Amino acid sequence: MSIGIHRELLTPHVNVGDAVFKNLTRFFALLIVGMVVLMAFEMYGSAKLSIEKFGWQFLVRSVWDPVKEEYGALPFIYGTLVSSALALIIALPLSIGIAVFLAEIAPRWLERPLSFFIELLAGIPSIVYGLWGFFVMVPWIRTTVEPALSSTLGFIPLFRGAPYGIGMLAAGMILSVMVLPIVSSISRDVLRAVPRSQKEAALALGSTRWEATRIALSYSRSGIIGAIILGLGRALGETMAVTMVIGNRPTISASLFEPGYTMASVLANEFTEATSQMYLSALIEIALVLFLMTIIVNSFARLLVWSVTKHGDAARRT
Amino acid sequence: MFAFCGLSTLIALVPLLLIFYRTISLGMSAINLDFFTALPKPVGESGGGLANAIVGTMILVGLGCCISFPIGIMAGMFLSEYGNNPFGTSVRFLTDVMNGVPSIVTGVVAYTLVVIPLKHFSGYAGGVALAILMIPTITRTTEEMLKMVPQSYREAALALGISQWKTSLRIVLRTALGGIVTGVMLAIARAAGETAPLLFTALNNRFWHTSIDQPIASLTVFIYNYGVSPFDDWIAQAWAGALVLMVMILLLSIAVRYATRSRYAGN
Repeated sequence: MSIGIHRELLTPHVNVGDAVFKNLTRFFALLIVGMVVLMAFEMYGSAKLSIEKFGWQFLVRSVWDPVKEEYGALPFIYGTLVSSALALIIALPLSIGIAVFLAEIAPRWLERPLSFFIELLAGIPSIVYGLWGFFVMVPWIRTTVEPALSSTLGFIPLFRGAPYGIGMLAAGMILSVMVLPIVSSISRDVLRAVPRSQKEAALALGSTRWEATRIALSYSRSGIIGAIILGLGRALGETMAVTMVIGNRPTISASLFEPGYTMASVLANEFTEATSQMYLSALIEIALVLFLMTIIVNSFARLLVWSVTKHGDAARRT
Repeated sequence: MFAFCGLSTLIALVPLLLIFYRTISLGMSAINLDFFTALPKPVGESGGGLANAIVGTMILVGLGCCISFPIGIMAGMFLSEYGNNPFGTSVRFLTDVMNGVPSIVTGVVAYTLVVIPLKHFSGYAGGVALAILMIPTITRTTEEMLKMVPQSYREAALALGISQWKTSLRIVLRTALGGIVTGVMLAIARAAGETAPLLFTALNNRFWHTSIDQPIASLTVFIYNYGVSPFDDWIAQAWAGALVLMVMILLLSIAVRYATRSRYAGN
């Protein structure tokens, strides 16, 4: 900011109030940095017991036995990754469709309320999604979606098994509704940031409106990928809705109809029941792994979105 | 292809409408005066309400506000007024990254920070967990809003001989106050709807709490506990709780929308 320089030119002496104020605000900014470090440090300290006992094996073992004090996080990591991936597969085409519709097609009078409704979806609390998923979506999946999938695509192991309703598929579907608003609203802002000249040039060269949109899409590719990864970050850490529909069983199975378990749900379910030090420590290690995973995913996504929109005014709102 | 785009927008609106419809139709049937004024009844007795949970949510969010406001607003001020350097960029980046940390993880952090040293679940732990969630939103909104204050305001104030810190506090902050309030409301709306960070910090309480040092009930944890319970009566109350929560959040977001209407006119 240029004010400081001008001030120094005009008044050579340093104002005490300015120095105090600047350092005070800087202190609070540092506090945020300190907080992130403290979070990692606290969790590492509390998880030490389990980290020392199991080492890296913790990440690839699939036993979870509080009685024998044997812990491994693989089923939870698997459940988190598969449910998130499923959510993105479902949400991705829809989100891009919405983004294109809002940024390129919809007239202004339609676009404003539609954007508002999509953002309302982002504002619904996770627990309400959970309640709705549990009482409305799961029965629908059990009676309609799963029988239809197994009768048409049953030759693929993914869609085999008894239709419980509750399970990995339900978790993926509820997550897809939850990541949809984030991915679509950021993609919309990224699409809007495409310089007009790009589209005008395409149109002037005789391309159709759809071809011009495709050029805009490829121009904003890295921003859209950033939006998708941000959605992934949200899906990885989503707790309540997933806990209520995934079935909470630490197994790894090929079928999407089977129940699973995610890292966030095991924390939600078992944290208050953890009676021994080792049990608690293993759970906190899961939290630490989840924390690091989301930090990495989010850093990557922010960098991509920042590189497109100026300092991420779009990403800020999520 | 354009038809597909319109269709996907329609598909996205279906769950929104269905969730609203279910929550309103099922929630309304269990809402009565008791719901807002009475304590939860023991298992087997019908009736009762979630008065303590509604108050509990307000206390927890209030506590979160007390912790997160000073940090968020001061840090936002730093970013906008002095943050045009590599340190500012890295704080901005960390804040954005923190925004994506799962809420359940902030619960775990609050557990290790507050519950373990105090050796019991308490409202304080819940407040800390919510504060960690709120800080990034408040920081970034404050920064954006302060940046929208025209540079000429700052220059005019400085030209009149007002020192820079007074300019920041009395001119810039005051001008941007409306926008900052919306950021704060967004953070409050988000915090009020959080369940995961409260599960093992504030825990739950079927009675009135007498001090913040005790476990405190919250609307969201009650919705969870009642929603997965086998009793029809409790499930109906869970829907009613969801309705109350949604109305609270909807009012907040409409207020935000209204307050920022002119500001975001270009968006």
